[in-house]
Amino acid sequence: MSTVTPPLPYRVAATEPETADTRSVELVPAGRELPPFSPGQFAMVYAFGVGEVPVSVSALRGRHGGLVHTVRAVGATSTALYRLREGDTVGLRGPYGTGWDLDAVAGHDVLVIAGGIGLAPLRPVVHTVLDRPAAYGRLGVLVGARTPDDLIHRKEIDDWRGPAAVGVTVDRPGPGWHGAVGVVTALLDRIDLRPDRTCALVCGPEVMIRHTARALTGRGVPAHRVQVSLERNMRCATGHCGHCQLGPLLLCRDGPVIGYDRAEPLLTVREL
Amino acid sequence: MHTDTDVNTPAPAASEEKVMGKDGMAALVGALTGRGYTVVGPTVRDGAIVLAELESADQLPYGWGVELQAGQYRLRRRPDGAAFANAAGPQSWKTFLHPSRVRQWSADRVGEETVFTADPSPPPRYAFLGVRSCDLRAVAIQDRVLTGGPHRDPVYQGRRSGAFLVAVECTEPGGTCFCVSMGTGPAAGPGYDLVLTEVVDDDGHRFWIRSGSREGAEVLAELPAHPADSATREAARAGVTAAAERMGRTMPEADLRELMAGTLDAPRWDDVAGRCLTCGNCTMVCPTCFCTTTEDVTDLTGDHAERWRLWDSCFDLDFSHLHGGPVRASTRSRYRQWMTHKLGTWYDQFGSSGCVGCGRCIVWCPVAIDITEEAAALHDWTRSRPPEDAS
Repeated sequence: MSTVTPPLPYRVAATEPETADTRSVELVPAGRELPPFSPGQFAMVYAFGVGEVPVSVSALRGRHGGLVHTVRAVGATSTALYRLREGDTVGLRGPYGTGWDLDAVAGHDVLVIAGGIGLAPLRPVVHTVLDRPAAYGRLGVLVGARTPDDLIHRKEIDDWRGPAAVGVTVDRPGPGWHGAVGVVTALLDRIDLRPDRTCALVCGPEVMIRHTARALTGRGVPAHRVQVSLERNMRCATGHCGHCQLGPLLLCRDGPVIGYDRAEPLLTVREL
Repeated sequence: MHTDTDVNTPAPAASEEKVMGKDGMAALVGALTGRGYTVVGPTVRDGAIVLAELESADQLPYGWGVELQAGQYRLRRRPDGAAFANAAGPQSWKTFLHPSRVRQWSADRVGEETVFTADPSPPPRYAFLGVRSCDLRAVAIQDRVLTGGPHRDPVYQGRRSGAFLVAVECTEPGGTCFCVSMGTGPAAGPGYDLVLTEVVDDDGHRFWIRSGSREGAEVLAELPAHPADSATREAARAGVTAAAERMGRTMPEADLRELMAGTLDAPRWDDVAGRCLTCGNCTMVCPTCFCTTTEDVTDLTGDHAERWRLWDSCFDLDFSHLHGGPVRASTRSRYRQWMTHKLGTWYDQFGSSGCVGCGRCIVWCPVAIDITEEAAALHDWTRSRPPEDAS
């Protein structure tokens, strides 16, 4: 047990544009350091005087050795974080939440499926598997986005081709797009899926998660071997504010990553 | 000082028991004040029995009772002069242990540095006088929520660990009470430093008082009390037993956790949504509702910022806000969230029910929605459903 404390100051070591509204920010401690994060866990990131939002780590170690967060500007706080520049200071609390269960994945084929910015919390999983290929079976990475311009970590996705089976699709192609068009679940037909040996890790908009998990279980992947990362409003991240409830779950504590066997009955109740 | 915050640990057996008169109550307030406690207890103000800082035992609501119905709270005079023969008022002890507005930390820009500072205010040391059995359980439930998980809330922890609890067993339940259904009263459970049972009969106005902690026993030893006599003890027990028979409300005889989980699609939620104003009164008066939101502010220089925490309500549309809009937009979904959490999913999250049967949500609902009536309607629906839908 730990007592909730104020954030620690972290300095922006580097920023990297991802899309028109999304940027990756690498943070290094300005003094004391937070305990280490695991893939799928998140931090509460505080923009001075504006607010605090939960953001998953999108890399455990950036080029400067810091934590990387990928932020999309959607509200006041995330816009302030999107606008951060090198040398700026933020407040950081964490690590929070239950991340991807990579122990359960070891020895299995790993299938990472992301929609939009949902790739960010999955990126450390890809890094982990690529670092220790012997511990895992085959690696597949399927990514969907609205348009080619909405693809994040685009250069890195290209680097994964080779060690991983990579599929990328968009809803609306633009000029110069020669890849797949359509929903991400359609990519499942293009890979050599071995349902009995596969663990799937899924993150994206909730409707995408539902369809993807259903498509996977429909192809014979057991629901408990499909992990999904869910999102709800969050104010404290320490289990005290009540905002992140999803039925019996507190997503800041029991999630954000949970098995689809637990998630399915909750995601099928409207407005739960 | 009772520092054990595990609701599963029974209080130490009553090591001392005494009987004292009204003069003993005055001495109790004095003894607690003398030990450095700020004494908080019930008193009459603004047409209600509220919880406030007490300077003397004379401020207790001697001779006041209450009439409680759905959407209705009225004070009435009692000829017997009893102080605690009145059911739960609009406030609960969370007002003091989990305040509605707290500064959690501040941030200052000093040159190139940003410095974060936890709020330095030392926690007040409260002695709560008159914690009813239902509310004693509510404190134990908030202990679990705010200090029993992987992270402890420092504000609650600081206030709670220093608090001295004088419980009162209930001898006069209100028309909206159902502690017997929830297993929280009218007798007091563990967790108190001292517990009182008030007796007014031909032998006079007196209190049977027992200690539940070492400090409770120390305080008891300072009071002008005499050894407990069997007549007072029997009269006190009879009063509590009789109170159990006079509950104004009951919950349906059902596993409420299963009932909530199995009725998420019941048409009754539309019915209650037609009445509910989503005002959030039920969540404000509930002694276990703990939800909060945060507010970040800066001063005019822009170099000093503060993080404040405020009570929030799951009835607020913003409560479930995500980019793209609220998860729970309809009144139906918000009432369902509150009730299924209170009676059902609270078990999954914190290992017990979130309801103690105090009846405050029924009393202070402006349109008289009654959680026991809603539970009964859901129960009736499950029993009347055709078998093919029963899965």
